[in-house]
Amino acid sequence: MPDGTPPFVHIEGLKRHFDVSPPWLVRLLERRGRQIVQAVDGIDIDIAKGETFSLVGESGCGKSTVARLVVGLYGPTAGHITFDGNDIGQRRGRTQTSALRRRLQMIFQDPYASLNPRWRVFDIIAEPIRAFGLAVDKADLEKQVGDLLRQVRLTPADGRKYPHEFSGGQRQRVSIARALASRPEFLVCDEPTSALDVSVQAQILNLMMDLQRRFGLTYLFISHNLAVVYHISTRVGVMYLGRLVEQAPTDTLFKRPKHPYTRMLLDTIPDLDLTGRQRVPVAGEVPSPINPPSGCSFHPRCPFANERCKRERPQLLPIEGGAVACHAIEEKRLTIEERSYANAR
Amino acid sequence: MATGRSVSNNAPLLEVRHLRVEFPTRRGTLLAVDDVSFEIAAGEVLGVVGESGAGKSLTGNAIIGLLEPPGRVAGGEIRLEGRRIDTLPYEEMRKVRGAMMGAIFQDPLTCLNPLYSIGRQLVETIQTHLPLPAGQARKRAIDLLKEVGIPGAEQRFDHYPHQFSGGMRQRVVIALALCAGPKLIVADEPTTALDVSIQAQVIALLKRLCREHGTAVMLVTHDMGVIAETADRVAVMYAGRVAEIGPVREVIKQAKHPYTKGLMGSIPSLGHRADRLTQIDGAMPRLTEIPKGCAFNPRCGQRGLRCLVERPNLMTAGGSLAACWLHDRQGVGGAVAGELADA
Amino acid sequence: MASRTAFAQWLHHAADSDIWWSFKSSATTVVAAVVTFLIIAMAFLAPVLAPHTPFDPGTLSLSDGLKPPVLVSPDGDWSFPLGTDDQGRDVLSSIMYGTRLSLIVGFASVVVALVLGIAAGLISGYFGGSIDAVIMRIADVQLTFPAILVALLIDGLVRGLISSERHDEIATFVIIGAIGLSFWVQYARTVRGSVLVEKNKEYVQAARVIGLSPAVIMVRHVLPNVTGPVLVIATINLGLAIITEATLSFLGVGLPSTQPSLGTLIRLGNDLLQSGEWWIVVFPGITLAALVLAVNLLGDWLRDALNPKLR
Repeated sequence: MPDGTPPFVHIEGLKRHFDVSPPWLVRLLERRGRQIVQAVDGIDIDIAKGETFSLVGESGCGKSTVARLVVGLYGPTAGHITFDGNDIGQRRGRTQTSALRRRLQMIFQDPYASLNPRWRVFDIIAEPIRAFGLAVDKADLEKQVGDLLRQVRLTPADGRKYPHEFSGGQRQRVSIARALASRPEFLVCDEPTSALDVSVQAQILNLMMDLQRRFGLTYLFISHNLAVVYHISTRVGVMYLGRLVEQAPTDTLFKRPKHPYTRMLLDTIPDLDLTGRQRVPVAGEVPSPINPPSGCSFHPRCPFANERCKRERPQLLPIEGGAVACHAIEEKRLTIEERSYANAR
Repeated sequence: MATGRSVSNNAPLLEVRHLRVEFPTRRGTLLAVDDVSFEIAAGEVLGVVGESGAGKSLTGNAIIGLLEPPGRVAGGEIRLEGRRIDTLPYEEMRKVRGAMMGAIFQDPLTCLNPLYSIGRQLVETIQTHLPLPAGQARKRAIDLLKEVGIPGAEQRFDHYPHQFSGGMRQRVVIALALCAGPKLIVADEPTTALDVSIQAQVIALLKRLCREHGTAVMLVTHDMGVIAETADRVAVMYAGRVAEIGPVREVIKQAKHPYTKGLMGSIPSLGHRADRLTQIDGAMPRLTEIPKGCAFNPRCGQRGLRCLVERPNLMTAGGSLAACWLHDRQGVGGAVAGELADA
Repeated sequence: MASRTAFAQWLHHAADSDIWWSFKSSATTVVAAVVTFLIIAMAFLAPVLAPHTPFDPGTLSLSDGLKPPVLVSPDGDWSFPLGTDDQGRDVLSSIMYGTRLSLIVGFASVVVALVLGIAAGLISGYFGGSIDAVIMRIADVQLTFPAILVALLIDGLVRGLISSERHDEIATFVIIGAIGLSFWVQYARTVRGSVLVEKNKEYVQAARVIGLSPAVIMVRHVLPNVTGPVLVIATINLGLAIITEATLSFLGVGLPSTQPSLGTLIRLGNDLLQSGEWWIVVFPGITLAALVLAVNLLGDWLRDALNPKLR
């Protein structure tokens, strides 16, 4: 990130805790305390204009919560999100909020749940245009919706149909068209292809990359699929139990992964090139975010953990154009190895 | 051997011939599985891949005799160790299923009764199929739990399904499937609901069991990565038919069917980053709209006139079998009007 | 022209739809629908079809009193095919007018319950928290009382507050309100349940990302997706509402005898049952039973047809 200019999207000390306690009476009778899930537990991210920042991690790591915090579906427990210099959490007048919302939209994971089944596709896509008052008259609205449908490789005639008349991939195109309808600059994409078949996934990823080039969009891309992330991202952040354990430019992250968890995730990518590489099954599972392990939350699964890792929580320290939160790397106990991938198919 | 089996020295364990599965609806009968043939040898892992709606899960369900009505086997035959099982009455089939075949599904919770401890469920299943007294059945259940890698099997014996994590539950389901020492396991998307790190554990487990017990596995999944690591042979399904079947290396490295090629290309891989991923345009047709000729022809870049009218059956293509006229001596026929034939 | 083709298209869609198909394939449902339709038509065309205007005192003559139905007795009079009551009112005409009132009260009270219940359920489900707790506790408390008791209570309250002549004037509205208020809980609970499911779906989140207000999201997005189950309950409750009204009128706290519904007719006829004039109570009774049965059968069918799991 070049110094001086403020980043386009700036996330600082972001926390979101959820109270999952049983009802008051049950707590009283069973003498149990409150239970708090620290879904997002202090995250700092800067995203530059026009880049794709990806967040990866396993289910329950808090990546989807970050996405929902950024678009304002949840309010943060602590921390700030600034978008082009405006604090998103800050209360302000209706018109200002609306102006901010217009510039920031979201694409959802499940194309079967993200479109209102009772609405025609035309109305679904027209909704943001109407809500933000972006069309001068009916003809303009129709033209805009038609253009949007064409941009996502559908036809204006598809607007008359209902969502159930489309396949999963086509629905996700409709969802993208709706997100683009308010001419946003920043799109938060929450696992946009994980519900789709691979051949359709490729179509949607290509479409998203085309649209980014065409409109200069900035993406926050949430995914659990490292191979997808590798193709679409400028930079990648790896999350584990609500914290960022490593972030780096894509090539650096994949070629010179540092955090043991990142390495583990890379090891689990299936080997399609049949190089004979075995997936190394990692022992253990993600612990519950209600009672995260002390110190570094990865230490129970980490082969390099020592006493300090159990005690002291590592801070994210800059390294090789990225940053990593690992005592073993900081103490140089763990060497960084270069990884290569079979190129040919 | 013409079916491209890698293990070909003995008679196949499972033989599926010209299987058809149909769904009668009031708008006509939908053919969801159309003329599917393959075989699985003892100890072999056959991967069945395809996109959603390709008919892969229905094929699996037809084999274990658990097609959901109104779906029904409308033709062809299924033989297990030479014995025909698709025509067996329900009770007979239930016995065969318990003793010879195990099933693993995507969501482990659907296989487990939430009201009983896993130990009780295992013991019941064991005693249904094997004449063992309670004590021995319990011992076997604990052995099975140990075998599928559940730490502290004795203590966890009395735990209920909700006390296990997703990965552990899937292990319990695998233990359940193994109760009677089956010859064949039909695993339908066993890793799809799991996190990547857990996926690797479950796959490693399946592979080990297969090796140690000589159990054959029919692995139904949409995940080519899982197939690449686990399967000996692969059947690629498209619109209810087998598009290509062959040894895993052959299918992945030298795909013969244009659909398989496209499918492999569209999987993002590490190592080379391009501006665009290879994509197959369009989507798989709905069962009501399967085109004439080759079902893949509207999305195919190499189609000829013949593909529009004549439906290809599986034919030899290198070390595999592919249902594509490109591998026929007479080829795909002339170019379709308005398209340039590929060189 | 354009509207005609649109209508033709709609008709074509409707005739091709699964609902229509499941309707056609159930003989019971078709019969129930025909019966319901006939009774409704008979009731609302009463001013045209009915041979007499039984509740206009000017047209009545006591000499016509207590005539038996024509088909069972030679004493019958063809101008009173189902006989007359002690005031000389034609039973057939009374039934036609009475059914009309029963239907109006039934429909209207279902609408009142629907509006109340949907509003309460939407607010409760969408906002949650203490609003939800308050509404649902009120609902729980009300559920512990039988609907008929609640209706009696409300009716009694109103009677206590206003004079009896005034009460007779607005009796129809009082009874509609009383029945409506006693039935809203079921709708509220159903709607709340559906809202809890729908509000977490991504299409609602998408609307929130756009910044639409909760009221707009509830009405435009959530409401259309929660109406299915509610309409099923409404159909089944229509029968129940009609019965409730009949019960109240039979007990004498419903509609006054100057505006008799089917229930009032049954009460009036019941007094004469001992002396052998059975037709005055039996024919309104059969009509009521047929109407409620037919409506309930339609409700059952609708529930099955809209529930894909049962198909």
